[in-house]
Amino acid sequence: MTGAVRGGTSILYCAMGESVSETAGVVNLGTEGSMLVGALAAYAITANTHNPWIGALAGASAGAALAFVHAFFVLNRKANQLATGLVVLFLGLGLTSLFGAAYVARTVNSFKTWKVPLLSHIPWIGQIFFQHDPLTYLTFLLVPATWFVLQRTGVGLLVRGAGERSEVLSTYGHNVLLVQYLAVVTGGFLAGLGGAQLSTAYANAWFENMTQGRGFVAVAVVIFAARKPLAAMGGSYLFGAALALSPALQARGWHVNQFALDSLPYLAIIVVLVLLGKKRAAEAPEGLQKVFEMSIAT
Amino acid sequence: MRRISRWAAISAVLLLALVAAACGSNSDKSSANASGSDNSSSSSAPGKDSKAVGFIFVGPKDDFGYNQAAYQGAMAVKAAFPNLKVLTAENVPETDEAARVMEGMIAKGAKIIFATSYGHLDAAMKVAADHPDVAVVQQGNFIKGTVPANAGTYFGTVYEPVYLAGIVAGKQTKTNKLGYVYAFPIPQTVANIDAFELGAQSVNPKAETYVVNTSNWCDPAKQEEAAKSLLAQGVDVLTQHQDCTATITKAAEAAGAMVVGYHADASSLAPKGWIAGSEWDWSALYKDIVQTALDGKFTGSKYNANFRSGLKDGLNPFVQSKYGPAVTQDTKDLVAKAKTDISTSGSPFKGPVMSQDGKTLIAAGTVPDYATIESTIVVFVKGVVGEMPKSS
Repeated sequence: MTGAVRGGTSILYCAMGESVSETAGVVNLGTEGSMLVGALAAYAITANTHNPWIGALAGASAGAALAFVHAFFVLNRKANQLATGLVVLFLGLGLTSLFGAAYVARTVNSFKTWKVPLLSHIPWIGQIFFQHDPLTYLTFLLVPATWFVLQRTGVGLLVRGAGERSEVLSTYGHNVLLVQYLAVVTGGFLAGLGGAQLSTAYANAWFENMTQGRGFVAVAVVIFAARKPLAAMGGSYLFGAALALSPALQARGWHVNQFALDSLPYLAIIVVLVLLGKKRAAEAPEGLQKVFEMSIAT
Repeated sequence: MRRISRWAAISAVLLLALVAAACGSNSDKSSANASGSDNSSSSSAPGKDSKAVGFIFVGPKDDFGYNQAAYQGAMAVKAAFPNLKVLTAENVPETDEAARVMEGMIAKGAKIIFATSYGHLDAAMKVAADHPDVAVVQQGNFIKGTVPANAGTYFGTVYEPVYLAGIVAGKQTKTNKLGYVYAFPIPQTVANIDAFELGAQSVNPKAETYVVNTSNWCDPAKQEEAAKSLLAQGVDVLTQHQDCTATITKAAEAAGAMVVGYHADASSLAPKGWIAGSEWDWSALYKDIVQTALDGKFTGSKYNANFRSGLKDGLNPFVQSKYGPAVTQDTKDLVAKAKTDISTSGSPFKGPVMSQDGKTLIAAGTVPDYATIESTIVVFVKGVVGEMPKSS
């Protein structure tokens, strides 16, 4: 169970970012790319500064920068969001394998596990939630904060408005473009942090394409959680649990079919998407509906 | 309407591209057949007087692992043959793409090709069939049936140093639980796991090896999870068969556990926990293969087959890494004795060897040869805890 939180955190960061971005009406399949550049930048900067916090900030900034590219093409040039997202992903993949080669063999001063005093001694719960790295604890604040900002503040209203009825926003004199830009870049920022958690707090290594599709999973989780931060948290941990389950069962010498187990999280997401697809589609921001309608037309 | 027609146009273009690709591979095949029939008329020996030699690697050249070792071997070839151009390609996938990369090297004058990953075999065999004048050797896989005149596989008996490392692990463990993280249950890996367990058993009958697979040669996050799971089970010595080894090595060190290395010397990553390991030294073997091919003697040579080299002939490209600080002289003596044994009359798989379910794999007193080991040791031996993933 500890593995669920440990493995799910990087996905959770991306999912939070994608929630913000999608609420503003922009799907960013480049989340995976933001995560990758975040993982590399965090690792590289930590290697050079020996401070994982500066590394994490660099990772987040790199993720934000890549998301900015996505935002530019999608918002200014009105390019297809899904196609652009994929292009941005491959850009991230290419850039990181180019600049990452030098860091494959480096060791860095990574984030250390920090047991929360008192809380970590609570049986069961303490083990699951309070024996982690600082970036994981940060998500415990991030998730409610994301929910609060999106649902209860003026800023959140603007973001939701940009996704739902951008005309209304502009009628009231707000800069829709700016709001959407900020939402997408924030999404990239958080995805970059997720990558940083993967490389400097979890795996303690940089390796080409080390995210292995976790960014895509985050996008799927967000769709299936209907952009609700708490539900996305559950989805991320579910995926983390599925990832942790296979080695945990094997280490105990249980008889399991690991290939089936490995595909379980993806299957679960597909099933949920199919079941909830229709219902959720109607609830989606109108800006998003347009994106998906366009792809249905193929 | 306009939107739909645009998408229709895009799909049409995509379709065209697909058709073109299909035609491309068709013409590839026909040219393959054509050059295949040329085989008999071609007289030049494979690899003779080559101006260049090509190496393809499945990963990056500095992964603290398998590819780094192979790359260093390639650099040794470069140093030993100053007149030879050494072409290298990293991150070559185990698909048809590998064949294209090799074709590109041949176009640049390479008549000797090293395909260094297990999964490069199919592509290597295809390239060998298309170019009878090019010697194609593949690292670690096994050509079934007749070996073409210009192809071969080569490998070290990796399980020998792994067995020796198992002795160290068996002596050092306090919990009698050893952990092994592997990628896929290919014969090479299974033999390693078995040798590790048998080595540990030879000095500590209670030692058991817990295995976890990651279904990936390098997914650091999965490795971390596998390492954590094993450590949570009370495993106090971790080892692995992965392409990138840093994550698991660091995870063991961070948890205060011991670690046995694989592929390369990673003791710098675990100054406290490192106890032993095995690493590659391809330089001698690579140079010998290149020389043999340049001399025009490849066909019919020992490399024109499934070549395996071990402690007995002294050419094993897989050698022991240095010991860690915790290893006692007593243990080192035990390893030295086992090493002498294997070099002369023994084998890590000297009978009796029993499988997990109690079947006899090697009868008592039998010393199997390399070929027997490769065909028999494909299941886990007694003392290994865990199951191989099955596809059904």
